[in-house]
Amino acid sequence: MNRADTALRIAAIIAPFNTRGVALTDAATFAGDLEWDSLTVMDFVAAIEDEFDILITMNQQAEIETYGQLIDAVTRLAGS
Amino acid sequence: MTEGIDEAARPEVVAGTGSDLFSKFDPLIEQRRALLADGQEDPFSLVMERVLSPTRAVCNGRETILLGTYNYMGMTFDPDVIAAGKDALDRFGAGTTGSRVLNGTYRGHRDCEDALREFYAMDHAMVFSTGYQANLGIISTIAGKGDYIVLDIDSHASIWDGCKLGNAEVVPFRHNDVEAMEKRLKRIPEGAGKLVILEGVYSMLGDIAPLKEMVRVAKAAGAMVLVDEAHSMGFIGPNGRGVAEDQGCLDEVDFVIGTFSKSVGTVGGFCVSNHPKFEILRLVCRPYVFTASLPPSVVATAATSIRKLMHGGNKRAHLWENSRTLHAGLKARGFQLGTEEPQSAIIAVIMPDLERGAAMWGALLNEGLYVNLARPPATPANMTLLRCSLCAEHTAEQVETILGMFERAGKAVGII
Repeated sequence: MNRADTALRIAAIIAPFNTRGVALTDAATFAGDLEWDSLTVMDFVAAIEDEFDILITMNQQAEIETYGQLIDAVTRLAGS
Repeated sequence: MTEGIDEAARPEVVAGTGSDLFSKFDPLIEQRRALLADGQEDPFSLVMERVLSPTRAVCNGRETILLGTYNYMGMTFDPDVIAAGKDALDRFGAGTTGSRVLNGTYRGHRDCEDALREFYAMDHAMVFSTGYQANLGIISTIAGKGDYIVLDIDSHASIWDGCKLGNAEVVPFRHNDVEAMEKRLKRIPEGAGKLVILEGVYSMLGDIAPLKEMVRVAKAAGAMVLVDEAHSMGFIGPNGRGVAEDQGCLDEVDFVIGTFSKSVGTVGGFCVSNHPKFEILRLVCRPYVFTASLPPSVVATAATSIRKLMHGGNKRAHLWENSRTLHAGLKARGFQLGTEEPQSAIIAVIMPDLERGAAMWGALLNEGLYVNLARPPATPANMTLLRCSLCAEHTAEQVETILGMFERAGKAVGII
């Protein structure tokens, strides 16, 4: 799967979670810009996992700080 | 992402001294200051001046009913339990000063493990110095790097810490959601080791897990199953073995984790199992090896208490009565509760926010009632809870008294 397709599908999933209307550039950070609580993180990760039929373990989540890194990780996980 | 979101702001650099490692606690320090500024008593530093019985103590010079101790079966003052502890103290001394694998296994430790094997009708039992260490030790030792742990998002802190210590891949799923658990199990790479971790009773809201269905799904996916029955031992299930026994799936569970600090009435933790290689854990489990064993008096009280719990049918029935009465009474008075029906001996009363939760806690203490104040991040969905845990030794009259206290305090604070 190519990165552009992945980015489009993630953009559709993240919209309802992005309640504060943060501009989602590749550099946007989950901790600094989106400021989700842990339950929101779990729901969002579950939605991504179900869309792409992948697992993003908490260990992998810890390495994902920006929106761009998420797109990269999902592209990699869904492609393998 | 999860890590990043929980992380506090970067510490400021103090000129000439480097960064202050305590800066990360500033938001919590400020929250406490604001909460206590208007004379609110600190809910997290209450002192029990005297303890009169499993259900009564003296706090701030006033006799107080205890409704937040997890002392479900009231064994802390059982005469046989106390006698066993005193006898062991006299004959074996105050402490072992050693690890279980060196000089810290006395006759009493073995006897306590025998009592657990009898209680659960299982082949192996391993006693730890605390319940926290039982989860930390078992989970981190059996699920290591490259293995997968699939667990409920509302799991206890000791379970999360065990996952972290073992360095396994950690996959959480939504609370009690069988389908979410199954989907994640199916996505684990072929050939990887799999451990599913569940709890019988979840202690924050007092709700139980659909263990029969979850254990079936986990076993079908080829996973081993560990169930923490800390809050169910002694009174749920025909023999008090917990929710898995009650739902008829205990035989399918690979490891049961439990504690002595609730129904058993002292301190310590354990794991029971039928796994044929279980005993090797005594040599490879670091939180078991690298700590001193429980004092002789503690294991003697635990063994005596566990054997008495095997015959606690009447007390169990009374505890369930208490749970039903309190739940129905609080509901009728307009309080919002954690579960629609009473599912355990924990009744969680949901507070609108931390400020009013703390005020309600203080008002109840003034009435002469102690409950647990639980707040984020320990609680699910950032709720503030007044957690009530009932005891088999609470009389029916005490429960009525408690309901009157809740009604007056609730009206005074404006919650009902």
